[in-house]
Amino acid sequence: MPDRIRVRTRVNDAEVEFLCESRQSLLEVLRDVLGLTGAKEGCNDGNCGACTVIMDGRTVNSCLVLAVEAEGRSITTIEGLASAEGLHPLQQIFLDEVALQCGFCTPGVILSAKALLDREPRADEARIRCWMGGNLCRCTGYDKIVRAVLRAGEAMRKGAS
Amino acid sequence: MREFEYVVPDTLEEAVRLMVEKGHRARAFAGGTDILVQLRSHRFEVDLLVDIKRIPELNQLACSEGEGLTLGAAVPCYRIYEDPAVARLYPALVDAISIIGSIQIQSRATVGGNLCNAAPSGDSIPALIVLEAICNIAGPGGHRSVPVEEFCTAPGRNVLQEGEVLVSLHLPPPMPGSGAHYLRFTPRNEMDIAIVGAGASVVMDDARQRIISARIALGAVAPTPVFARKAGDLLAGKEANEESIEEAAQAAMAAARPITDMRGTIRQRIHLVGVLTRRALRTAILRAREV
Repeated sequence: MPDRIRVRTRVNDAEVEFLCESRQSLLEVLRDVLGLTGAKEGCNDGNCGACTVIMDGRTVNSCLVLAVEAEGRSITTIEGLASAEGLHPLQQIFLDEVALQCGFCTPGVILSAKALLDREPRADEARIRCWMGGNLCRCTGYDKIVRAVLRAGEAMRKGAS
Repeated sequence: MREFEYVVPDTLEEAVRLMVEKGHRARAFAGGTDILVQLRSHRFEVDLLVDIKRIPELNQLACSEGEGLTLGAAVPCYRIYEDPAVARLYPALVDAISIIGSIQIQSRATVGGNLCNAAPSGDSIPALIVLEAICNIAGPGGHRSVPVEEFCTAPGRNVLQEGEVLVSLHLPPPMPGSGAHYLRFTPRNEMDIAIVGAGASVVMDDARQRIISARIALGAVAPTPVFARKAGDLLAGKEANEESIEEAAQAAMAAARPITDMRGTIRQRIHLVGVLTRRALRTAILRAREV
């Protein structure tokens, strides 16, 4: 049994401590150690974006981050988006607009959209399509996703004002 | 993925010591966007990953009109293109690094890593070549410098010897009247690998009519990124017009030695070298005139 390393980090605003091997990805630890199965394993090589999480405010492919690198960082997964009051506007609007079919890409898609709208609440369609190029969806053809993100941008701007 | 040891040294000396100790069984690790994929697909094995992200020299990002750009090898793409001084002074570098992979990849991937990975298609490399970047390398014997066009030696191979670490890149300050551009051809705008990439830089006279000097570099058309020195030299002293641009494009096409693979054929790639060299030069000239 290889040595395991103790990692202290923040996941969804809670202090978290776990043991991992150096070769384990953040995705593996989120899913198999911490039980957060929202981030999905699609390609496991950084192409599909199904494993997207937000680390220190930036989206990353958690399959291409070593779990040991999470030390001292702050990570948001899809499980951290809804609050006691209800779903995040993006989640609600994805439901309203039926911006998903099988749902496998959806956690990554929503986190990418959140990272964009948090920085650029007025992102237009071209910007959304470019920003979300690293999140593959094989069901929707993307139009419904883009529409939902545009609507969520509007809703979040209204909510903020 | 096979087991390996992972260490995070705080100093360059410690990183070099660790790299020397494990020799070819050790690799420097920054963004991990190439290395983790390669380890998982058993392209090579390591006993030790040396995470270089905590070493101050490798995290430098200093950019000014007077000093140029010093770019630590562990600085991720987003930090570079979000830096207002870099965006103003080195738009050709921004052209290249804002099309590497996805936003997720750009959160992690570094220009130093793109260079060390030495893919013939690495987007940042032609941009670095036309911007005259110098690689600063640390090793057991001390420091040495290598011009970026000499850094890559074969697909996936570079000049680094066992125990050596790429510390930083230095780009000289842009000359007055200079402009540069990088672009690539891909079927899809995002998340694609260059079928051909081309970078060009020009320095123009005070009237911005005549080219004093020019550099042209190509990606994905040879075992390493190509510095098409002759193609750029042809432009020295010439009026910046379609005729001189065409002459340089023809010379760039002659410098390309592409292969046919899943991304493109030899004929298509040579044709693209002409198209992209013309476009890169036109935009470089336009940018020189804007300053």
